[in-house]
Amino acid sequence: MTGKVNGITVEEWKNRLECEKCYDLISELFDRIKKSRLNAYITLCEDEALKQAEKYDSGKVEGRLSGIPVAVKDCISTKGIRTTCGSKMLENYVPPFDAHVVERLKQEGAIIIGKTNMDEFAMGTTTETSYFGVVRNPYDEERVAGGSSGGSGACLGGGEAVLALGSDTGGSIRCPASFCGVVGLKPTYGLVSRYGLIPYANSLEQIGPMACCVRDVAVLLEVIAGKDERDSTNAGRGFKFENRYENHSFRIGIVKEMGGNEDVTGRFEEVAELIREMGYEVGEVSMSSFKYALAAYYIIATGEASSNLARYDGVRYGFALEELDSWTRYFSKVRALGFGDEVKRRIMLGTYALSAGYYGKYYLKALKVRTLVKRDFERAFSDFDLLISPTMPALPFKIGELTDPLTMYKMDVNTVPVNMAGIPAMSLPVGLVRGLPVGLQIMGNHFGEEKIISFALKVEERVKEAL
Amino acid sequence: MLTIDDVYKIAELAKIEITKEEAEKFQKELMSIVDYFNVLDEVKEDVEPTFHVLPLKNVFREDVPKEGLSREEVLANAKHKENGYFKGPKIVE
Repeated sequence: MTGKVNGITVEEWKNRLECEKCYDLISELFDRIKKSRLNAYITLCEDEALKQAEKYDSGKVEGRLSGIPVAVKDCISTKGIRTTCGSKMLENYVPPFDAHVVERLKQEGAIIIGKTNMDEFAMGTTTETSYFGVVRNPYDEERVAGGSSGGSGACLGGGEAVLALGSDTGGSIRCPASFCGVVGLKPTYGLVSRYGLIPYANSLEQIGPMACCVRDVAVLLEVIAGKDERDSTNAGRGFKFENRYENHSFRIGIVKEMGGNEDVTGRFEEVAELIREMGYEVGEVSMSSFKYALAAYYIIATGEASSNLARYDGVRYGFALEELDSWTRYFSKVRALGFGDEVKRRIMLGTYALSAGYYGKYYLKALKVRTLVKRDFERAFSDFDLLISPTMPALPFKIGELTDPLTMYKMDVNTVPVNMAGIPAMSLPVGLVRGLPVGLQIMGNHFGEEKIISFALKVEERVKEAL
Repeated sequence: MLTIDDVYKIAELAKIEITKEEAEKFQKELMSIVDYFNVLDEVKEDVEPTFHVLPLKNVFREDVPKEGLSREEVLANAKHKENGYFKGPKIVE
């Protein structure tokens, strides 16, 4: 397995299920989680998971994921299991319904083992903004696991789950996948229902699969993709991986504007060379709009966040004060005490960018840049099947290393254009530099998941041989 | 330029109470981020804005009544409730 520490694939898990009791395997998994320093989970579902395992052992569970332990990011609603979004605001919130993707997991017999740690309301690149503490990197516990789906990345890299769900608004699946040496895919906007995903920036975010190998990511995507009338932006189509492009002669474009420091670019160039050796055509493509993509992304995302997070009023759910007061005082106090600094910063930024007099200068301009980004991708995909770049511009940071918010935002430079255009992209582990994982970002055109996965399977195999 | 007063004004609009120390910290941080946003002033090309990336059409479903959540479920996460209703803060001082 590429850059694996303790990661477990579905195949490896199923092999063990052949000769061992599911109950024992799941118990062993919980033992490992409880001894772990990674802090990948906010809430464990031990009783329910063990009950499910017993049911599996008695032959009563069917489905494509039967007996497989799956971790769910804590911004995805789970009926009866608290869902915190990594925030004090939702510390005791218990959803009365399941997200669409959770319904699908259950229908396929998956064992949900817990809710994974994340940046507060998915706002961050390192999981350091979580109210429940930072997630540690399975390759080096003094470093971050990435964010915002840091718990989902770390639990896979650390062998504390076999499959995981994350969500990606500007790189939140791909960043932790890259930092934890696992595979993560942000699907095309609309392919996976967002019903039950606690929103941060609706027009940008998608739920997506994370796993220890490409094949497992494909299986989990097949399970969660599909029509759902409860999400008005759902594309109404499913996904079935058929490996139609197994022998396709891919034309691969390296995006000039997506780079990184020497640690990352060195490895990236070696991998690009490997891809050439595999007989694929590799060219370069320049995207002039990307210079503006990061600023435009943060304007759109914070603008959407400022209106989305207005729902936290301390009345219907979430953090509340003992005594009710006047509306303005109560509301403002609940939010002062319930939100962390990064969430406050983004709500305030969005409020500013959308306020009278600035709408045209910031928000509308950002939406125009989004058009330019989309066009740049369209142009690139007329010449290339897939585009590649380093997923992150640097190796996993030391915990506490990034203190300035803007410096942190700039770490999303390679991942945000993908969300701006709504295209799918994967982060694939391609080896280690100084003992730390590097991820290759593979981008496809809208609904081009089939191509991305076929190509990733080939690269995964080739990288493994070359290591 | 973003003054301390601007920061208080934004916090008031966002309904987040902030202390003097927070206002000073946020002023510095928001200033540097907004400065960075000004890179967009360089974009001269005038194109249609993209609100949404998918060319979605509105789809109507049959208007059939469905069971909603029970009153107990709806109120389960609320701290302040009375006689089966949410109890909110006073709107008028």
